[in-house]
Amino acid sequence: MKLISCEGVTIGYDGQRAVNNVSFDLEQGDYLCVVGENGSGKSTLVKGLLGLIKPQEGSITFDGLAPNEIGYLPQQTVIQRDFPASVSEVVISGCLNRRGLLPFYSRLEKERAAAKMEQLNITDIRKKSYRDLSGGQQQRVLLARALCATEKLLLLDEPVAGLDPMMTAELYQLVAELNQSQGITVLMVSHDLDSAIQYGNKILHMKTATAFFGSTADYLKTEMCQQMMGARKND
Amino acid sequence: MIELLTELLSYAFVVRALIVGVLVSLCAALLGVSLVLKRYSMIGDGLSHVGFGALALAMALNLSPLEVAIPVVAVAAFVLLRISENSRIKGDAAIALISSSSLAIGVIIISYTSGMNADTSNYMFGSILAMSESDVLLSVGVSVVVILLYVLFYNKIFAVTFDESFTRATGTNAGRYNTLIALLTALTIVVGMRMMGALLISSLIIFPALTSMRLFKTFKQVVISSAILSVCCFVAGIILSFIFSFPTGASVVVINLLMFVIFSAIGLVKKAIA
Repeated sequence: MKLISCEGVTIGYDGQRAVNNVSFDLEQGDYLCVVGENGSGKSTLVKGLLGLIKPQEGSITFDGLAPNEIGYLPQQTVIQRDFPASVSEVVISGCLNRRGLLPFYSRLEKERAAAKMEQLNITDIRKKSYRDLSGGQQQRVLLARALCATEKLLLLDEPVAGLDPMMTAELYQLVAELNQSQGITVLMVSHDLDSAIQYGNKILHMKTATAFFGSTADYLKTEMCQQMMGARKND
Repeated sequence: MIELLTELLSYAFVVRALIVGVLVSLCAALLGVSLVLKRYSMIGDGLSHVGFGALALAMALNLSPLEVAIPVVAVAAFVLLRISENSRIKGDAAIALISSSSLAIGVIIISYTSGMNADTSNYMFGSILAMSESDVLLSVGVSVVVILLYVLFYNKIFAVTFDESFTRATGTNAGRYNTLIALLTALTIVVGMRMMGALLISSLIIFPALTSMRLFKTFKQVVISSAILSVCCFVAGIILSFIFSFPTGASVVVINLLMFVIFSAIGLVKKAIA
């Protein structure tokens, strides 16, 4: 079943096309990795998917997925680094889309947040301050918040930026588990080609336009992929 | 001490100042947490200067000060928020330009109509005598609205403050809540600025939040601590100003500064021990 289909999506700022005529489909259960260099339009595409920017051309359609059911894991902002908030405060804020205009969280949301913290193994740090956590723990907290918002789709924007190799491996493992055992669809924007190939079942390689979209196995056969892998081996 | 307090409370103007001051301190502290965390502290400063210009204009036109200042500052809140959100313009520089321009225009209007006198100084640095009875009513009304809206939207304000893109992505209209925060700030500043002074009112927004963040680690704790701290500092400031005949606004700011230093010191000691 298709969750998202993008057809000929073009998004631009300031008269420049950041995303040029990109098409792809995201099926339920997919683990799609969006790769490409800086300035290849990955982040802009994410903003388009989240509805933060309207595409100038083309269409993004959701099927069986409300636009507010995307579990977004944004890149960390400067504001968050010294933000006084407990882990539980951050996690439960993912339930906000369930409340509509109602002002306070009910028992249901509190239980949901508790369950997600349990699932991601952060229950014992729930009273700690977000700013005192390690980078890996912070990502777990944000992941728990995203899962509070949705169980259908996780959209991760450069999730391992700034993490050390151990935390990076742990986070990839965790996301892969959520994808395989819970059937949560994953869309990950990444610089890291190796792990994109290792974990993703589909690859979207962007160079403003679509340079490649298809299964990981097919991607490995392309010249572009071999060049990029080869270029690095020679480093 | 009790004698002093009874003496203090026997003056009607002191009672009025206390009522308005306590409510304004409370509002300012609540909003301040979000403004400081969102790096919007300069908006508070900018709004108070715009407020000064509006008060001067109201005086010159012989209109009621609050009725002119509230709409003008509310519009300014919209404009300043847009400027801060638009990364292409240097937000802080633009706000500084607007602040000093409003101050300059205000001073020119005042000197043209009534001349630079005690009134000008009162507007800039505040006066405990500023509140009339109708002002008190309006101020109480505005403060109650600010506090109610803040409590009702507390969870949304937290989410928008912590992570605007996530909140937008999950379907909350973050822009609406930013505007709400800016509007509530505008109201608080207009109501508080004649007592605290246009140049000093923004400290009421920034100090309690910054001070509380030295020691407290969750959002709720910071909000509650800011509210309590702000009210206590205001009352202490009034007493200080009464005993030594200091200007009210300045006394409140100095007490806030003192608390900031104390909290920072405790924070450092706690860190050193841990």
